Amino acid sequence: MYYLKLIFRNALRHKLRTGLTVLGIVVAILAFGLLRTVVDAWYHGSDAASKTRLVTRNSISLVFSMPLTYSAKIRQLDGVKAVSHANWFGGVYVTEKNFFPQFAVQASTYFDLYPEYIVPPEQMRDFQRDRKGALVGRKLVDTYGFKIGDQVSLRGTIFPGNWEFVVRGIYDGAGDKTDTSQFFFHWDYLNETMKKTAPRRANSVGVYIISLASADRAAEVAAAVDHEFKNSLAETLTETEQAFQLGFVSMTEAIVVAIKIVSFLVIFIIMAVMANTMAMTVRERMAEYATLKALGFGPRHLAVMIFGESLAIASFGAALGIALTFPVADKFGKSMGTLFPVFFVVPETVYMQIAAGVIVGAVAALLPCVRAAHIRIVDGLRSVG
Amino acid sequence: MKIPFSYTLRNLWARKLTTVLTAGGMALVVFVFATVLMLEEGLRKTLVETGSYDNVVVIRRSAQTEVQSAIDRVQAALIESQPEVAFGADGERMVSKETIVLVNLNKRDSDKPTNVMVRGVAPRGLTLRPQVKITAGRMFRPGSSEIVAGRNAAERFKGAGIGETLWFGQREWLVVGTFDAGKSGFDSEIWGDADQLMQAFRRPIYSALLVKLNDPARFNELKTRLESDQRLTVEAKRETIFYADQSEVLANFIRYLGLTLSIIFSVGAIIGAMITMYASVASRTAEIGTLRALGFRQRSVMAAFMFEAILLGLVGGGVGLFLASFMQFFTISTMNWQSFSELAFSFTLTPGITLKTFAFALIMGVVGGFLPAMRAAKLPIIDALRAA
Repeated sequence: MYYLKLIFRNALRHKLRTGLTVLGIVVAILAFGLLRTVVDAWYHGSDAASKTRLVTRNSISLVFSMPLTYSAKIRQLDGVKAVSHANWFGGVYVTEKNFFPQFAVQASTYFDLYPEYIVPPEQMRDFQRDRKGALVGRKLVDTYGFKIGDQVSLRGTIFPGNWEFVVRGIYDGAGDKTDTSQFFFHWDYLNETMKKTAPRRANSVGVYIISLASADRAAEVAAAVDHEFKNSLAETLTETEQAFQLGFVSMTEAIVVAIKIVSFLVIFIIMAVMANTMAMTVRERMAEYATLKALGFGPRHLAVMIFGESLAIASFGAALGIALTFPVADKFGKSMGTLFPVFFVVPETVYMQIAAGVIVGAVAALLPCVRAAHIRIVDGLRSVG
Repeated sequence: MKIPFSYTLRNLWARKLTTVLTAGGMALVVFVFATVLMLEEGLRKTLVETGSYDNVVVIRRSAQTEVQSAIDRVQAALIESQPEVAFGADGERMVSKETIVLVNLNKRDSDKPTNVMVRGVAPRGLTLRPQVKITAGRMFRPGSSEIVAGRNAAERFKGAGIGETLWFGQREWLVVGTFDAGKSGFDSEIWGDADQLMQAFRRPIYSALLVKLNDPARFNELKTRLESDQRLTVEAKRETIFYADQSEVLANFIRYLGLTLSIIFSVGAIIGAMITMYASVASRTAEIGTLRALGFRQRSVMAAFMFEAILLGLVGGGVGLFLASFMQFFTISTMNWQSFSELAFSFTLTPGITLKTFAFALIMGVVGGFLPAMRAAKLPIIDALRAA
């Protein structure tokens, strides 16, 4: 008990210095937490992916489409429960800054495959009945203020022209990780318009989504689908939804890696600051340590005191930093709008923050401890800080 | 009278561990700051140098990128016959009708698939882009299933090296050469014969047209006429601006993320400098009192401590910049969100960045040292002399 009292008294001897150090640690732990959360946000798409869904796309790349006739052929394959299809629309809402994903989906089947999008039945009915209808996510509603019945106009970048939609329903996510920043509309609307304006591009599908009878057969069914269309004009590549999403992450991997490295750099920076604080503290107290030694206290006693002080300061700063991470992350996620569809602090981040705080405290005390423990009593008594 | 500079130097030397830790913290912050600036500069250089000023890119209106654009043969002929288009030595128009598609290739090191731009060019395409030079092998023969790969593409993708083959569009394509495009975006691309690629991908249309102007000043005339022509739905941009726009999102992302981080991190380093300087002042109270009693002015005492802080900042800045300069050996590759394709660029150090980095380090030193130096200058002489 008296150890604790001594440690606290010591920590508070230089209030300004301790205060500044704590402030530095708060900033570092907060920055670390936010960066980890940004990295996590990158992976949420693949984390949320279902194991019982496959995605089939053109094997050349996503910008090439597949004929609509594949739908019937895929459905016949053994192990396939249901098939739906979608096209990436890539439209612009008012200005380029307002980015959110838009998909033209086969409305009658698509939402059976995605039970995580929760829509009130009457809204779903309205959506199904209106070919110009659109289904928007909760996050889009929060960001752009869409209401049911609103007219929304998108300027097509891949499919030329201005496209008019009427919001017929709003979907919520079943879990935290469900992306609710998407905009769905009828694939038939897209197709009928393309038949009129660009017949060559009609009846083409961007991706097929396959629902599996059982997750164990994913590899087998994927191979069967690709085999079916081998040597055709549009060869396919089928992978699990998770692999499909991870493909996007791996394309921007360099950025994720950079953010990860930087998140550790901030810990190193604060480690240097904290170590500096402890080095100064110990230097100033050399005479005291020599006195304690002269009174018969061993090096272990000194080490416990120094480690304790360092850990106390670091963990206090870390605790504050962790507490601040939640409100700040919440605000940051909101201000980023739909750029990060899913943005929240996962428990692992908090564990890592705690670990970072403890490591910073321990490492900072290491060198000063060695110095204090090895000081010769006579030299220590002579020293003037 | 001034306090000798060597006094400041010796003070730093007397507390080596503290000096090293403080300057080390600052060096890390400066490293992050410099790296971000170098990355942004590298990206800017890559994309600005991708174009030349007297070339014009014509794409379908509101398509934004070459990949999403489509221009049919009739439209292409109309654009080609505009009076502003230059004539080549052979009497033909200086126009490259190109078809651009994305192809999934696997990386050599990680085997992960990435989108790579495959550009079908007319033989004219090379003369319109004088920065592109074949460095190994030879150019593809028109009318054959041969392709050439950019320097970065050849290095990073499986099957894109010279003598290797790639399979796409139901055909095997032989890589017969690699080209160097002077660190521009073309280095990440693969080029082939436009007509062959259109055939392989069953696309009867071009993606974009690259046009050379006979007079760079007549760009606006051409742009106005093309964009108001009822038969065309196109937009025209100078090639330099077109490629700079392509990377706007990525460049902004790097800049904002990088600068925000640098500022947050610098708070940590400034706090470190403050702690050091406060301690430096506190442990030398009697010394400061003596100096003041000897007749040194408040100003001189303040200057001596400010020097100390600035010196810390400069040492940190120097070390950080030294470490960051090694980043020039690295090339980073990532997907450009706008063009949806892989782009490789390297860290580039310029004199401007060196200056900015030192200014940043200096500011950290000044901000960290100001309050402690004030305290030192304001110490009452008698109390200071009494302090043990």
